[in-house]
Amino acid sequence: MEAIKVHYDVPGDDFTRAGEASGMLKRYLKKIGFAPDVIRKVSIAMYEAEINMVIHAHGGEIDGEITPEKISVTLRDQGPGIPDVDLAMQEGYSTAPDNVRSLGFGAGMGLPNIKKYTDEMKIETVLGKGTTVYFSVNAQ
Amino acid sequence: MITVEQLARELGGEFLAGEAAKDREITGGYAGDLLSWVMGRAKEGDAWLTVMSNVNTIAVAVLADVACIVLCEGAALEPDARTRAGEQEVPVIGTALPVYEAAVRLGALL
Repeated sequence: MEAIKVHYDVPGDDFTRAGEASGMLKRYLKKIGFAPDVIRKVSIAMYEAEINMVIHAHGGEIDGEITPEKISVTLRDQGPGIPDVDLAMQEGYSTAPDNVRSLGFGAGMGLPNIKKYTDEMKIETVLGKGTTVYFSVNAQ
Repeated sequence: MITVEQLARELGGEFLAGEAAKDREITGGYAGDLLSWVMGRAKEGDAWLTVMSNVNTIAVAVLADVACIVLCEGAALEPDARTRAGEQEVPVIGTALPVYEAAVRLGALL
C-alpha cells in the first residue's frame, strides 16, 4: 500500500487557530481506523510542535505520511532556530513570552512531551534559518 | 461508573457547552492549568479540573481525549471557547467550587 500524504499550513501568531492542523489529522486518523492510543500520541505530539511554530517561528508547514505501520510528521519553520537543543529538551525550560504564558503555554514541556509520546524524534535547527522537527509513532 | 452528567450534578455545576456528550464515562481525574502538563500527564477519560478557559483549553481537551473539562472557581468560559467546545462536543461543566473541593468530590465518586 502506498503511503497517504497530508499537508497543512500553520499561520503564525494566531493562537485561536493553533491546533487546527492537529485536530484535522486526528479526525483523519480516526476515520482511517487507527487505535485510539496511537491517535492520541500523534495528536499530542503534533499539537505541541504546532504550538511551538506559532509561538516561536511565525507558523510553518507540516507534512504527514501515513502507512499502516507508522505515522510520520515533519514540521518545518523559518523561525530563529534553537540555540541549544539539549537545553530546549529539558523539562521546564521555556523561552515563551508572557502573553503566551497567560494562555497556559510556556511550561517548558513541549519538546519533552513530543519525545515522550513518539517512537522517533529528530530536530534539525539552524540559527537564523529555521527548525525542522520530525517524529513518528508506530502503529503496530 | 460515573458519567459527565452525574459529575455535573455532584459539583452543583451547570453545562457551559458540549452537553451533547454528557453521557461519556469518567475514568479518572487531572487538575492543572498549564496546557503542556495536562497533555503530558492527563489520561484519556479523565475529568480535567482547571480555571483556564480559552479556546486552547478546548483544543487540548480534544487532543488529549479527556472526558470533560470542569471549569472551577466560577471562571467564565470565553465565547470562542464555548463555540469550539460545542462544535467538538467537549462537555464543559462550570462550578463555583475551588479546584481542590471539586477534586475531593470527584475522588469520592470514582
